[in-house]
Amino acid sequence: MRTLFDKVWAAHEVVAETPDTPAVLYVDLHLIHEVTSPQAFSVLKSLGLPVRRPDRTLATMDHSTPTSTDQVFGKVPIKVDAAAKQVRQLEQNAAEFGVELFGMRDARRGIVHVISPELGATQPGMTIVCGDSHTSTHGAFGALAFGIGTTEVGHVLATQSLLQRKPKTFAVNVEGRLRPGVTAKDLILAVIGKIGVSGGTGHVFEYRGSAIRALSMDERMTVCNMSIEAGARAGMIAPDDTTFAYLEGKPRAPKGAAWDEARARWRTFVTDPGAVFDASVDIDASLLDPMITYGTNPGMVLPIGASIPDKAGDEAFDKALRYMGFHGGDAMLGKPVDVVFIGSCTNGRLADLQAAARILKGRKVAPGVRLLIVPGSQEVKREAEAAGYADIFKAAGADWRESGCSMCLGMNGDTVAAGQYSISTSNRNFEGRQGVGARTLLVSPFTAAASAVNGRITDPREML
Amino acid sequence: MEPLKRVRSRTLVIASSNIDTDQIIPARFLTTTTKDGLGRQLFADWRYRADGSPNPDFVLNRPEARGAHVLVAGRNFGCGSSREHAPWALLDFGIRAVISTEIADIFRGNSLKNGLLPITVDDATSGWLLDNPGAEVDIDLERSRLTLPTGASVSFPIEAFARHCLLNGIDELGYLRSRLSDIERYEAAR
Repeated sequence: MRTLFDKVWAAHEVVAETPDTPAVLYVDLHLIHEVTSPQAFSVLKSLGLPVRRPDRTLATMDHSTPTSTDQVFGKVPIKVDAAAKQVRQLEQNAAEFGVELFGMRDARRGIVHVISPELGATQPGMTIVCGDSHTSTHGAFGALAFGIGTTEVGHVLATQSLLQRKPKTFAVNVEGRLRPGVTAKDLILAVIGKIGVSGGTGHVFEYRGSAIRALSMDERMTVCNMSIEAGARAGMIAPDDTTFAYLEGKPRAPKGAAWDEARARWRTFVTDPGAVFDASVDIDASLLDPMITYGTNPGMVLPIGASIPDKAGDEAFDKALRYMGFHGGDAMLGKPVDVVFIGSCTNGRLADLQAAARILKGRKVAPGVRLLIVPGSQEVKREAEAAGYADIFKAAGADWRESGCSMCLGMNGDTVAAGQYSISTSNRNFEGRQGVGARTLLVSPFTAAASAVNGRITDPREML
Repeated sequence: MEPLKRVRSRTLVIASSNIDTDQIIPARFLTTTTKDGLGRQLFADWRYRADGSPNPDFVLNRPEARGAHVLVAGRNFGCGSSREHAPWALLDFGIRAVISTEIADIFRGNSLKNGLLPITVDDATSGWLLDNPGAEVDIDLERSRLTLPTGASVSFPIEAFARHCLLNGIDELGYLRSRLSDIERYEAAR
């Protein structure tokens, strides 16, 4: 009786762990981006090593790339010199080492965790790594996917393997139905609020239960994406017919007889009845409301209609509230908003833009509020334009951009000014994450769009 | 890599819990393509004022920070992103060990690969260290023991292979490459 995680781990164990040595774990797919790879390629160069399996390596650029059309398509140069250099460095490294790269003007470019699933490169039962902590996203397909540091990026480039200790398992059981207006983002924020930002440290999550089974793939990716915000390097969901329907026909998914064979194999990547997890938590989805963060980590989160708790004397708590300019006892609803960001590897997929469009259709962004909507990939951009969402956004007064990480981490020119309140569909509300002094409140695309319309924190259910 | 057996130093204390890697090194400094010089930007948003001048209240700007190699921090240090720039920045500043009750997984792994010791201790030891900034501590990696100036000594957990590599100055990539024949066999058998 084994868990989903145990099965994927065992299938990739080149050498089992011993008390003295970690396991050698094989990596099926290595995703690369411009920020965490240059120093790894430098190590390969200094040792005279090739990339061992370029066919299992895929590179794109997303973090430091601008999102304005003029800069992306080269009518004006990338404004940040260091970012331009990083982009050129990845182009050179990819060419020199024979790695496939979706470069700046490639129609397949986008956030690394958005493009791999939409290509069908992310598949059940795989091991997937990337120098980015939100690699946990790919766990939505029943892959074991986790973020690694740059030294490990070098290890994978050189050997297609990693030295790893086997983590523990953690069942996140979510039963019941989400109510209308309550989304996958609200669900994962509630999970993080319940177990805390280090509750999953040392563990791999498996999200289970009827509420998880009912989610679309875009929604499952939102959930798995934020596993790391609870401390878990990876979060997995067993593949099922929803997974297979998503993958069938994708460019890099198996075809014909190979598809049938793959699907039969993928069906075995489920937790056996009676398998035991090292830890577990139970959540009732039917009780959840739209959630919003009020502090400086994703565990400081509340139902949107609630008030900030009063914990006078708790130094860390007081520090967070001072940074945010909030006070214990404050209601969240009605607080003013300066900037609204809809996008990121958490909520930059078509379903997220569809949700935003549902609210924004026929409405306008409040005067004085900046709404930035950034698709997760160029493919998502094309789909959103074809579906008419982009026209709805522009008519509402939103700024509609090229794909990238954008304002999630403010290292590409898209930032929030000091002191401003940003309602954001991204994943981290850390101090300064969206710009020096920026105050981030994490929400779903529904809540972000509704708050943009009112210029105040708004329960989206009043607009649905 | 140089072998690392022992760190004896005064401590610096940043008592905040959940210090994330965006605080250790903000994302706007990640456009570098090398590992060098990141110490200048360590804790940049806490360390410098808006005009770029040093914030005299922040511990890294105080005279006692000079020559201190051990950072004591509140619970759950290093959470957030996978950026290895975080241990690079700490090391470049001169920090060789971080002590907390809890250290995030990816940061811990990145630290061990760069010769920065991630040391987790019990609440009582952590509490004493947080209350006594500047304490002279002795971290003995061979015995996996942390000794306080009071004479109290506690053992700390550290992954056996990483410890072996640190003590002997072994690069893990060399070991991994020594298993290439196993990796080839695995690939052939799939």
